[in-house]
Parts: sequence; C-alpha cells; structure tokens
Amino acid sequence: MLDLEFMRLAFAAGAIVGVLAPAVGFFLVQREMSLIGDGIGHVAFAGVAVGYLIGVSPVWTALGAAIVGAAGIEWLRARRKAAGDQALAVVFYTGIAGGVVLISAAGALNANLFAYLFGSILTVTRGDLAVIAVLGLGALAVVAVLLRGLIAVALDEEGARVAGLPVAMLNGLVSMLAALTIGVSMRIVGILLIAALMVLPVIAAQRVAWSVRSTMGISILFGLGSVLAGLTVSYYGNLPPGGTIVLTGTAVFLVASLVEAVAR
Amino acid sequence: MPLALELRGVDFSYGQGPQVLTGVDLLVEQGEFVAIAGPNGGGKTTLLRLALGLERPSHGEVLLYGESARSFRDRTSIGYLAQRTTIGLHAPATVRDVVEAGRAPVRPYGRLRRDDREAVDQALERVGLRELARRRLSSLSGGQQQRAFIAKALAAHPRLLVLDEPTTGVDVEAQDALGALLHRLHEDLGVTILYVSHEFGSVERYVERLVLVRERIVFDGPPSELPGLWHDPSHSHA
Ligand SMILES: Nc1ncnc2c1ncn2[C@@H]1O[C@H](COP(=O)(O)OP(=O)(O)OP(=O)(O)O)[C@@H](O)[C@H]1O
Ligand SMILES: [Mg+2]
Repeated sequence: MLDLEFMRLAFAAGAIVGVLAPAVGFFLVQREMSLIGDGIGHVAFAGVAVGYLIGVSPVWTALGAAIVGAAGIEWLRARRKAAGDQALAVVFYTGIAGGVVLISAAGALNANLFAYLFGSILTVTRGDLAVIAVLGLGALAVVAVLLRGLIAVALDEEGARVAGLPVAMLNGLVSMLAALTIGVSMRIVGILLIAALMVLPVIAAQRVAWSVRSTMGISILFGLGSVLAGLTVSYYGNLPPGGTIVLTGTAVFLVASLVEAVAR
Repeated sequence: MPLALELRGVDFSYGQGPQVLTGVDLLVEQGEFVAIAGPNGGGKTTLLRLALGLERPSHGEVLLYGESARSFRDRTSIGYLAQRTTIGLHAPATVRDVVEAGRAPVRPYGRLRRDDREAVDQALERVGLRELARRRLSSLSGGQQQRAFIAKALAAHPRLLVLDEPTTGVDVEAQDALGALLHRLHEDLGVTILYVSHEFGSVERYVERLVLVRERIVFDGPPSELPGLWHDPSHSHA
C-alpha cells in the first residue's frame, strides 16, 4: 500500500490532519461549539463552488470562505446578536444553499465535487502536502504556545477576563484555527465530515482521561489512529476515506464509552 | 499611593431593568480587609462586578488603583472567586489543572516555570488541598471544590483578592482555616481583601470594616459599631 506515491502522500497529510483536528476540536467541545466545524464546513462548500465558478483552485477559495464563516459565527456570538446555535444555523444554511446554487451555476455537479465533500485519497498532490504541512504544523505550534491561556479561558472565561487574559482574541483564534483545520483537512476527510474528526476523538478521550492534558493527548492519539486506520480500510475496501475515518472515530468513541462503563 | 478601589456616586441597573445600586460611594485603601454583607438581591455581587470592571456604571465612576476599572491594565494583580463558580470544561480536570489555570494570566504562553509551579503548590498548600492535587475536581466534595477555586484565585499572588461568598458549602473547620488564611495574607503580604458573605462565622473577628449593601450602602464601619437594628438573625451567632 505504501509503495504507492499517492498513498504515501495521503498518509502523510492524514497524519497531520489526525493530530491537528482533535487538538483544535478540543477547544470547540469545551466551549459547547461542537457543531461549529459543521457550520464552517458548509461555508467552505460555498467556497469550493466559488473556486469552480471563477476558475481558482477550490482549496484556496474554500479556506478563504471557511475563515469568513468562522469570523461571522464568532462575530454573531460575541456581540450576542444571536445565541451560539442560532448564529451557527444562519451561517450553516446560508453556506450550503449558496454552495448548491453556485455549484450548479458553475456546472460542476460531478464526481470531482464528491471528492471535496467526502474526501479522496487520490487527490492529495505533493503541492497539497506542502500546504497542509506548513499550515497544519503552524496551527499546531500556535496551539502549543497558547495552550495554557486557551485552557484557562475554556475553564473559566470570566475569571480569565478579570485576570487580564485577552479572552476575545483567544476565542477568535480558536475559530480561525477551526477554519484553517477544515481548509487543510478537506482533501482527505471532506468538507461534510471533517467536523466529526474534530469532535469524536475529543469526546471519546474525555471518557477515559483523568486530566486536561491527558484528554488532549489521548484525543490526538485517537484522532491519529482513526485517520491511519480509516485510510487503510479505505484503500483496501475502495471506500471514500472521509467516511471510513469518521466511522473508525465512532468505533473508538463506543469502545471508550464501554471502557468507562466497565471502569466505574 | 492611590486607593485600591474607588466607587464615586455609582448608580447601576442591568439594561433597562430597575436600579440595582444607587449613589454608592466606597473607598478602599490598599491593605484593608473589607467584608460586604446584605440581603439576597441587595447588590453585593453587582458591586464586585462593577469594581472589577465587568460592568459599566450608569452614573459615577469606578477606579482600580487610580485607573478606570473597565480599562485597568495590571489585571494579574487581581484574584477573583465568583459566586457559585463552576468549571466550563467537559474534559476531566484535576485540582491542579484548576489552580494552574489561575496562574495562566501570569504566564499564558509557553511552559510553566519553576516559580509558577511553586506558586501553584503554595496555593494548594494554603487551602489544604496538596494531597488531593491529582484528584479529579468532580470527585471532590462541594466544599473541597470551593477551596480549589480559592487556590486558583491565589495562584497569581494577587494584591487585591475579591471573594464572592467563598464559604458556601464549606464546613466550619475549613471556614476557620480560610479565615486564618485570609488573615495571614492580609497581615503578612498586605493583600487587600473584599469578602462578600451572608455569614461571617470565623472571618468576622479578622474583619476591620463591614459594608452593608441594600441598593445603597446602608452601613460602613467597624463591625462593632453596627447598630443592633441591622442585625440580621442569620448573622447573630457568636
Ligand atoms: N445579569 C443580571 N441581569 C439582570 N438583573 C440582574 C442580573 N444579576 C443580578 N440582577 C439583579 O440585580 C439585583 C442585585 O443582584 P446581586 O446578584 O448583585 O445581589 P446579591 O446581593 O449578590 O445577592 P445574593 O446574596 O443572592 O448573592 C437583583 O435584584 C437581581 O435580580
Ligand atoms: Mg451575590
């Protein structure tokens, strides 16, 4: 399997995605914004459509749209224009509706689109891997450096504000990281499924971890494991990788829940 | 040396709601130990939130160390325990995780240094939770959790400590320990303390100044001068 260039590329990109998605998703889950990844993903879908329409690589337009969508959700939420889930709903539906209209306008309702929606192991090029590596590792470095501040905000937002942590900036940053993660992961897992990889490993880890840091560490292990196992199944079963990765994540979650139930 | 806290002619209401505080003047010098009491809904928590710059007064001004409370910069010098604090995490957190988060404002980026770990250990020690540091917060009793939050407020070595009903659910022994702890912080380190409670049991004897809030400040002075009229039956135990 690893003799094949495209599989090596897919595994390398997948490893980065498997680590990054739960590392960022951790903070979304803590903020009860587990579904924000979906909202951003749907906007990224509109971005893909724009890419087809104007003839630019959809990866970049999707990334741009994801960032705009994340900023929009955060803006609506922070200004209390709408409750978190309502802000999300507005962005979510606008994204998918806009995407469908634009896609059909571009005449791109085809198999290629399917690869963006559900991931494909055939599509990762060397150039993609370079982009994924630079952006993905950059995002991970940001999380690593700001980890303590981010945890403090998640743990007690008002306390963090009183103590002078830049709460709005850190919250905005989490949204931007989520957008970046989605943009970066789209090729492997697909826009409609990437959000699951940000959430499932984290909620699985929470069942078996014993501290904040162990939750983070185990989430990353689960995420990485799901991607590598999912890609393998996808290769041998000739299945879309996004689906197999996410189903592996679900299996991990079920096992973790079982372990928790037995351990009690 | 500016005052630690200054409220001058402060009126406040939440949005279009009724006035919650009216004409509040309160000056607190660095190193004072002030207890704030009053009935439920009297405005104690609101007063603290104004003092911390979390709310904006409708009239009047609020200064922290001479700066407007809303834009006060040296915020790591404030330790705050909100009423009914809970943690906003779904992930399991240990007692130590909670206290370390209290140190984050001092060192938000990069790794914890040795002095940070020492500050965390010291705060745990002070509230008597050193042995339970690795336990999950959710596995502790309510009073023990409350002590973990107090340790969190202490971890950044504040010069102003603001505690909103810290003894809710804390047993008499732990209340005595907290009273003694606050007394030490106040005496040895000159920490300014604002302490809201309904019940001053073991803290009462250390308090120099009592402020009663019922929309207005209805009493401000040494507890011994409190007119009998104001004695609420719930405070009247020895
Ligand atoms: N977020 C809020 N929005 C609207 N009204 C509020 C809010 N918080 C408090 N109030 C109102 O302000 C008044 C003062 O509340 P506050 O919490 O300051 O009282 P308190 O003295 O701390 O009471 P307690 O002893 O119950 O803690 C109450 O009438 C309350 O209903
Ligand atoms: Mg209160």
